[in-house]
Amino acid sequence: MIEAYLSLLVKSIFLENMALSFFLGMCTFLAVSKNLDTAKGLGVAVVVVQTITVPVNNILYQYIFKEGVLANYGFDNINIGFISLVVYIGVIAGIVQILEMVLDRFFPKLYNALGIFLPLITVNCAILGGTLFMAQRGYSFGESVVYGFGSGFGWALAIVGLAGIREKMRYSDVPRGLEGLGIVFIAAGIMAVAFMIFSGIQL
Amino acid sequence: MGIKRDTLLGPIFINNPITIQVLGICSSLAVTTQLKTALVMGLSVTFVVAMSNLLISFMRNQIPSSVRIIIEMTVIASFVIIIDQFLKAYLFEVSKQLSVFVGLIITNCILMGRAEAFALKNPPLLSFLDGVGNGIGYSMILVIVGFIRELFGTGKVMGYQIFKTLNDGGWYIPNGMFLLAPSGFFIIAVIIWFVREREISLKNKGGKK
Repeated sequence: MIEAYLSLLVKSIFLENMALSFFLGMCTFLAVSKNLDTAKGLGVAVVVVQTITVPVNNILYQYIFKEGVLANYGFDNINIGFISLVVYIGVIAGIVQILEMVLDRFFPKLYNALGIFLPLITVNCAILGGTLFMAQRGYSFGESVVYGFGSGFGWALAIVGLAGIREKMRYSDVPRGLEGLGIVFIAAGIMAVAFMIFSGIQL
Repeated sequence: MGIKRDTLLGPIFINNPITIQVLGICSSLAVTTQLKTALVMGLSVTFVVAMSNLLISFMRNQIPSSVRIIIEMTVIASFVIIIDQFLKAYLFEVSKQLSVFVGLIITNCILMGRAEAFALKNPPLLSFLDGVGNGIGYSMILVIVGFIRELFGTGKVMGYQIFKTLNDGGWYIPNGMFLLAPSGFFIIAVIIWFVREREISLKNKGGKK
């Protein structure tokens, strides 16, 4: 039991890294990784949001959107799975809004540092991606908690790593056209190569 | 008429969503291992961004700015659901390959970015054209990347053999690297490099005159 959860955790952090092997959450991944401190803050925010939203959406999935589950409530042959996309994104937007208020009230420093990027978590593909992968693979509630945390943590790890690289890179001599985003893509690509090492792990 | 042409063509060449605005990178990397999926994805995004821009622009004077994000999300998500159902019904194979990435069009930054930056401030027809232009600009990069990855990764284009692979008695050894995650980053980086280099040299020429 615990072993299965542990292997899911390792898998979601390293083997199926949200940012580097599924390319999810790229916009923020590239835009907010200029500075190590901001990246850390955003990473923490993503872990928190992901750990809350994936299980919440898992409950919705298990009891409402799963195929055939509505028959339990007396609605045969009705499948409202198609509407799940709207509901998932609504849940995510709501939780992000709440998190924003909490941060504003209790951690104003972090709130100011995150600035515009907190609302952007709503449109961070990693968050919705986590939920959709959860639904596609049919995780149980316990698994969804582990998966939510693991995938969020993997993303945070990647963005903190990239921010570290970019801070060092400020002193490098980059070709004119590659300055700014081009070189970041290449750095992220090399990080992805490094993360591919993990794909050899048997769990 | 000039402004209409500029809104339509601008995002395709000059202000491309991927290479210049850096929006919507996630899907441009993930679905481009094959040309076919890249093409379908590009068309889907074009449809969604054009339609949602049109609708949001119609409603732009009624939307209170405090809840605008949720409203934009709902509009976008509705169109994504239409596309999702359509693909499942008529292109089931492709929709399976795209898996969660159709749903992830919702969180594609191009949609929110264009809705926020353009559709909320401009009349419907212009917003629609802007959506189409951005969609096509996005598709173009997707198709280029998809073409390169499929050609060098498997020696095929759209499933047709172009390079005969070694296994079939030909000469080409497929470079599996192109099918894996990192190559997407490198290809986009090189495209950005070209585009920006060209832009810089154009600017320099203009300065001398």
